[in-house]
Amino acid sequence: MANVSIRALNKKYDNGFHAVKDVNLEIHDKEFMVLVGPSGCGKTTTLRMVAGLEEITSGEIRIGERVINDLPPMDRDIAMVFQNYALYPHKTVFGNMAFGLQMRGYSEQEVKKRVKDAADILGIETLLERKPRQLSGGQRQRVAVGRAIVRHPEVFLFDEPLSNLDAKLRVQMRVELKRLHERLETTAIYVTHDQVEAMTLGTRVVVMKDGLVQQVGEPLELYGRPANRFVAGFIGSPAMNFVEVAISGAGDALWAQAEGLRIRVPQQFSSRIQTGTRLTLGVRPEALRLANGSDEHSFATAVDVVEPLGNEILLNFRAGGVPMVARVDPSVRVKAHDNIHFAFDPQRLHFFDAKTEAAI
Amino acid sequence: MLIERKWKKWMYFYLPMAVFILFTLFPFYWMAVTAFRPDPELYRTWRQPNAAPLWTLEPTLEHVIGLMKTTAFPIWLWNTMLIAIVSTIISLVCGMFAGYALARLRFRGSEFLGTAIFITYLVPQTLLFIPLADIIRDMQLGNTPWALMLTYPTILIPFCTWLLMGYFKTIPKELEECARIDGATRFGAMVRIIFPVAIPGILSAGIFAFTLSWNEFIYALVFMASADQKTVPVGVVSELIRGDIFFWGQLMAGALLGSVPVALVYSFFVEYYVTGLTGSVKG
Repeated sequence: MANVSIRALNKKYDNGFHAVKDVNLEIHDKEFMVLVGPSGCGKTTTLRMVAGLEEITSGEIRIGERVINDLPPMDRDIAMVFQNYALYPHKTVFGNMAFGLQMRGYSEQEVKKRVKDAADILGIETLLERKPRQLSGGQRQRVAVGRAIVRHPEVFLFDEPLSNLDAKLRVQMRVELKRLHERLETTAIYVTHDQVEAMTLGTRVVVMKDGLVQQVGEPLELYGRPANRFVAGFIGSPAMNFVEVAISGAGDALWAQAEGLRIRVPQQFSSRIQTGTRLTLGVRPEALRLANGSDEHSFATAVDVVEPLGNEILLNFRAGGVPMVARVDPSVRVKAHDNIHFAFDPQRLHFFDAKTEAAI
Repeated sequence: MLIERKWKKWMYFYLPMAVFILFTLFPFYWMAVTAFRPDPELYRTWRQPNAAPLWTLEPTLEHVIGLMKTTAFPIWLWNTMLIAIVSTIISLVCGMFAGYALARLRFRGSEFLGTAIFITYLVPQTLLFIPLADIIRDMQLGNTPWALMLTYPTILIPFCTWLLMGYFKTIPKELEECARIDGATRFGAMVRIIFPVAIPGILSAGIFAFTLSWNEFIYALVFMASADQKTVPVGVVSELIRGDIFFWGQLMAGALLGSVPVALVYSFFVEYYVTGLTGSVKG
């Protein structure tokens, strides 16, 4: 059992910077947990504290039943893959993968066997005698992963392992990592700033900002029910559209209004929203569609820029005083500067408190 | 267009390059020619017929043989070699650990320490030999190789420390972190990963330390008295200039033989040396 539990974890640097604030996480056995957030949000620091590369200011980290706060990295039974691969340049691929085993005193036979097994899994059997500088980026990445898996650790730690690869390779390696995780069934903690990576890889995803955990959940849960405006804006591309709206009306007939925009507040919100307040309305690009005229949630606008992507078309326009994006079917024929009506899907609207930014 | 470019290349590249090479290499050439020139030819004026100032008509080994037979040159060579190697090793070992500590460890006053070490490097030897002579006398090390083996590191350690500190800083931190996760202690990671990766830097520090101690003059002159303890630079100058007579042939033969080991060391490690001073490590 290799569940990782992080309790009230804090990291304060000597210069007073509070990088990680009261983080509580329960990472289950065999789970692939992704920490995602903008740079400086404390995700890497959290990971490095789990690895033992960064001192813990306060709080507790357990792997299984062991408290590992004060254990040196070598005794934590973890393996880490770094962003720049951190391959030992003076060792061959074999030497790189064998180093951790040799340091732990495995027999030569066992080392050979394990390295060979790992190399087979990753398809790098033919590279074992090469030096890292003779490898391409993708191959180095594989070696770095191989070096982690030969040890059969309790927990894998990944620190943005794909961000040094080009876009195409990144997509390919992403799938391979997921496949690998399914095969090895080892608990993994993965740090990235790329929300697509987070969504595709994570069993669950932790969104962090300014050292605080914003939301923990399965990818679709984060997407469908973001806990606050930050998560809503961070997850999904193009990002969710936000408009400041004023609430008017009474009872069941509440209306959200902004410049050139007046829509009816859907039923499910009416008990939680009061008239006279100001809120932020959030709507995903795909929750906008072309209106057929009779919609209660529609508004008129002029399309600004059309981005035909092939499988979809992105329409940029202004509504409620802010720029917005709609994602529509590629069969829609719209030219720039056309005047059209958009309608919201009432089931997929989000409201956020204007001050606390929490979802309503 | 192309012709103009060619012309420019000659003008701005080859010509200055040729001048530079001539300027640097001519003294060495002169030294070599003089070492093999027989005495009558050496003291012949340029105006005389069949004078050949730039080359020699009858090359001879008499100076080299004379140097070996009439002076303690082989012993000087041995002294110099021993002293240079030992002081280089001492300085490298100290420089590696100090450089690593300054580059990687966070401790109170580490920046001050780094600067202080650098400042000691700036104190000229021509001042430093006075207090050092006092210490050498008190410790009764004068006229023994230890006098030089222990004083050369005072100039070499700051240099090695700074060069290696700079080199260690170019090595990604993650290499070491990864080694520590892989099961090495901090010390183990340093010895097994950082030092092997830093070999170009360590070699260039070593070469530099070796040549500095090989060529050192003042300390060797002050701390060594008897002829059989001298190093090549001091021995050649003090034993081959007798009164106002310069034994040019033997002087130059001594200089030539004295520079051969240094030239060999450089030529073996020149590639490492260049990457050590300019290059960095990529993972």
